Amino acid sequence: MTGIALIISTIIGAPLGAVIGLSKFPGKGFVRALLYTGMGLPPVVVGLFVYLALSRSGPLGPLGWLFTPRAMIVAQTIIALPLTMGLTMTSVESVSPELKRQIVALGATRAQAAWAILREARIGVTAAIVAAFGGIISEVGAVMLVGGNIEGKTRVLTTAIVLNTRTGEFSLALALGIILLALAFLANAAMLRLQGRMND
Amino acid sequence: MNEPVYQLQDLKKEYAGRIVTDLECLDIWRGEVLALVGPSGAGKSTLLRLLNFLEHPTAGRIIYQGQAINGSVPLAVRRQVTTVFQRPMLLKASVHDNVAYGLRLRGQRVDGQVHDILARVGLELLARSAAHKLSGGEMQRVALARALVIDPAVLLLDEPTANLDPYNIGLIEDIVRQHNRERGTTVVLVTHNVFQARRLADRVGLMLSGRLVEVADTHMFFDAPSDPRTAAFVRGDMVY
Repeated sequence: MTGIALIISTIIGAPLGAVIGLSKFPGKGFVRALLYTGMGLPPVVVGLFVYLALSRSGPLGPLGWLFTPRAMIVAQTIIALPLTMGLTMTSVESVSPELKRQIVALGATRAQAAWAILREARIGVTAAIVAAFGGIISEVGAVMLVGGNIEGKTRVLTTAIVLNTRTGEFSLALALGIILLALAFLANAAMLRLQGRMND
Repeated sequence: MNEPVYQLQDLKKEYAGRIVTDLECLDIWRGEVLALVGPSGAGKSTLLRLLNFLEHPTAGRIIYQGQAINGSVPLAVRRQVTTVFQRPMLLKASVHDNVAYGLRLRGQRVDGQVHDILARVGLELLARSAAHKLSGGEMQRVALARALVIDPAVLLLDEPTANLDPYNIGLIEDIVRQHNRERGTTVVLVTHNVFQARRLADRVGLMLSGRLVEVADTHMFFDAPSDPRTAAFVRGDMVY
C-alpha cells in the first residue's frame, strides 16, 4: 500500500511540483504557502477527512472504500503529495539561474530547458520521494482511521504495533518495530545509493 | 570582415529604472574578435546577454545578419549564437555528455565531433569523467568545447579566464584564436584583462557606465587612443 501511494504521489506530485517551480504566475506565493502547510499536515486530520469523505453518508460513500486498502492508499497519497510536490518545487527552484541561462544560451527550447532543469534537480526529487516514503511508512493515525486495522486486510506494521502494545504483547510489538525500522532503512539506503550514483 | 553580424542602434537596457547599457551605435563585423574592456558594472555582460538574445532591450534595435530582432527571437537565429560564461555552468553529467548537449538539443548526431573537440581542448582522456569533478581550468575548457562543438556563428565570451591560471588562460586563448581563424567565428570577448584583449582582439572597445567610450583597432586602442579615458584605462589609471 505504501509503495502504491508513493508511486501515485510521485507520478502526480513530481511533475506538478516541477511545473510550479519553473513557472512564474500570480498567486505562486499562496500556492507555496499551501504546499508548505500540506507538508506539515497532521496525518490523523487527513485520516479524518478521508474517513468523512468515504463514510456511508460522505460524498464518496457509494464507492464503498472505507476500511479497505484503497482508503488507506488514498490517505497515504494525500499525506505524501504535498511532500513530493513541495520538495520537487524547491529543488527545481534551487537550480542556479546561471545554469538556466547557460542552457538557454546553448539553444534549448522552453521544453528542453525545463527537462534539463528537472534532471539537474533530480537529487532533490529523490529526496522528496524519500521524505514522502518516510512520512507514510511511519504513519499510523490515518491508516488506523480509514483502514480499521482489520487483520489480514488492512492491518499494517504500524497499526499492528499499536494493537500489540495495547494488548501487552511488547516483544511482538518490538519485533514489528524493528522490522519497520529495517524496511525504512533499506528503502532509504537504496534511494540514497541511487542518489549517489546520479551524483557521480 | 566586410559585413556586420550585428548592428546595434540606440540600444538601451534598464533594470528597475537604472540604465545599465546605453549604446548609440555599434557594428560587429563577421569573423572579427571584438574585446570589450572596462570596470565592473560598465554594462559589458548585459550587452553580451542582449547579443545572445537572453534579454530584451528596453529600447533600441538589434539587427542580426540584416534581420531586425523584435520580440520573440526565432530558434534558428538563437541557435547561431552562444555564450561561455565566467563560471563554467556544467550539467551533472560526464564531460562527453556536457559537450554533446548542444548537439543533442539540435537533434544532431553525436559522432566524432565531441571526440575531436575534446582532443582540441586536451580533455579526450577525461571524456567519461564526471564534469563537476574536474579542476576549474578543465571545467572551463569543457564549457568552451561545449560551445565550439555546435559551431556557432557568434561566440560570446564573458570573462572566460577570470579565475584561471596562466596555463589554462593560454590554452583557452589558443583554442579561441584557432577556432576564429579556421571557422571564421565572430567572437565578442568581455574581459578585465587588457593584456588578453591585446593578445586576442582585432578591435577593442572601452565601456564605462553603460556607454561605449571608444572602439578601435587593437593597436590604435592601445597605442593611440582617441579618448583620454581610454588612454587612462590603458595606462592602468583608475577609470570609472
